[in-house]
Amino acid sequence: MKLRETASPAARTARRRALLEWIAVHSLGVAAAVFFTLPFVFVFLTSLMSDSQALSRDLIPHTWEWGNYRKVFDTPGFLTWWKNTLIYAGLGTVLTVVSSIPVAYALAKFRFRGRNLSLMLVISMMMLPPQVIIIPMYLFWAKQLDLSGTLWPLIIPMAFGDAFSIFLLRQFLMTIPNEYLDAAKVDGCGDLRTLLKVVLPMARPGIAAVALFQFFYAWNDYFGPQIYASENPAAWTLSYGLESFKGAHHTDWNLTMAATVLVMAPVILVFFFAQKAFVEGVTLTGVKG
Amino acid sequence: MSTLTLASKRRRAALRTAAFMSPWLIGFAIFFAYPLISTVYFSFMHYDGFRPPAWSGTRNWAYVFRNYPLFWPALRNTLWLVVVAVSLRVVFGLGVGLLITKIKAGTGVFRTLFYLPYLAPPVAATMAFAFLLNPGTGPVDSILDGIGIPAPGWFNDPDWSKPGLTLLALWGVGDLMVIFMAALLDVPREQYEAAELDGASAWQRFRYVTLPNISPIVMFAVVTGVIQTMQYYTQPLIAGKVASGVIQGAGTQFEPGYPDKSTLTLPQLVYNLGFQRFDYGSACVVALVLFALSMVFTAFLMRRRGGLNLAGD
Repeated sequence: MKLRETASPAARTARRRALLEWIAVHSLGVAAAVFFTLPFVFVFLTSLMSDSQALSRDLIPHTWEWGNYRKVFDTPGFLTWWKNTLIYAGLGTVLTVVSSIPVAYALAKFRFRGRNLSLMLVISMMMLPPQVIIIPMYLFWAKQLDLSGTLWPLIIPMAFGDAFSIFLLRQFLMTIPNEYLDAAKVDGCGDLRTLLKVVLPMARPGIAAVALFQFFYAWNDYFGPQIYASENPAAWTLSYGLESFKGAHHTDWNLTMAATVLVMAPVILVFFFAQKAFVEGVTLTGVKG
Repeated sequence: MSTLTLASKRRRAALRTAAFMSPWLIGFAIFFAYPLISTVYFSFMHYDGFRPPAWSGTRNWAYVFRNYPLFWPALRNTLWLVVVAVSLRVVFGLGVGLLITKIKAGTGVFRTLFYLPYLAPPVAATMAFAFLLNPGTGPVDSILDGIGIPAPGWFNDPDWSKPGLTLLALWGVGDLMVIFMAALLDVPREQYEAAELDGASAWQRFRYVTLPNISPIVMFAVVTGVIQTMQYYTQPLIAGKVASGVIQGAGTQFEPGYPDKSTLTLPQLVYNLGFQRFDYGSACVVALVLFALSMVFTAFLMRRRGGLNLAGD
């Protein structure tokens, strides 16, 4: 307090400038927060409007129609899309994690000829748009294995390592000091035991990040279900079905927005529970160093 | 004796590596090498999925480059998006990243709010924006009207559909924000302090301290942005479909690119040629163009030291 009174005019202007900067930064922050949040708010508010009001220019519902969500769930197929999405995302994530860990471990910790080449090929696969190889892949799954109309052409490949997951896990495993592995070897652990008992417990955040990314990837995937499942509505996922929902209710913006909320909500909920792992994963994707 | 154990040791190490790498080795062969070679093969074949493939030389290539009416518009759109959307996203992402490092009160809340839109599933997010920007009924229309600005047609106007998509991409800038935030926090404090002692202004500190330190990250953001733009598929497709009002289902054909080819991108052409026109050969030509473009930028990314942290140790 005393210090403040005796502060020189220069210190006072400096303090005033700091205060002004604080206000400017935080106002800008609030403005940005409004930009990022408002779309969610409008979508949510519209999802609770009556049919006719959703077509008007009102921003706030007159009556709060929670029944819209019921109507969405009662739409034929909607629950099936949920189930399919959970199978695709859940099974796909488990398969990806299990098959990618040993590959990432080898790429991070083994020394062998062709390691750098393998890593470069992994990155090339990671950057490859799925459309590049879709014609032969479709012919393979549909004509040779007769699996079109199902989600298996999307799930089975995940048992053979996913390039992005391998890369991200490898980046994470690189950060584990070799001394731990050497110590395990001295204790008589083989490679598999070292991986399972020593490396995996330490790699838990990396694995969590990979699992999340893969879950979101499957949840969001539109192109895959479009190619393999479009002919069979019983195999549709939420991301794919949502668009047909819009087609069937093409003036009912309220119902479409309610369905949109139901597709977004699980992703956002999962994020809140696993925020730390996720942000860590984003920064790990390659920009360190 | 000792050479024998050495040899057997080596063999065991090789076996071990092969065992650990095996999921990916199989995946690489079946889901990368084979289809890629096959794509090259089909690009020289006439194949409609019913009659057996027949050699057609370079006819597919000539068709795609000369006569396929959607190819050049798609390439032009991609270029537009690279120039406008990617650069705006990098600048905006850096701005938001800077902002979040300066915010002192409620940092966690702000960071979460800024990041969330990035996670919105693309179909749902595009649908939301199609509604928000919908002429006549959308909230953005109401707001613009309220302040006396005539609202554009957005996804129904060929001149405004790509700006609409750009807006959607800016909304989902969270990935870049996090990357820039991490990079900005890594800039050594002392450099700022030294600059301040020299009397550098805020702009000079940004220009001569911040920017040189984070330039590798800016480069990374630009190149990955370009690669993502090559793959841009779901958002432009859904925006066009929803705005055009085409009802999906058996027997309906959506001519991609609505309005007036303005939302066409290369991946959509693969779908259009392969799965709507059943011209697998020409679809493979576009696929290879897409492949070549992606790989050029991927190679660029890998060649820069530090960019992907490839150095083993």
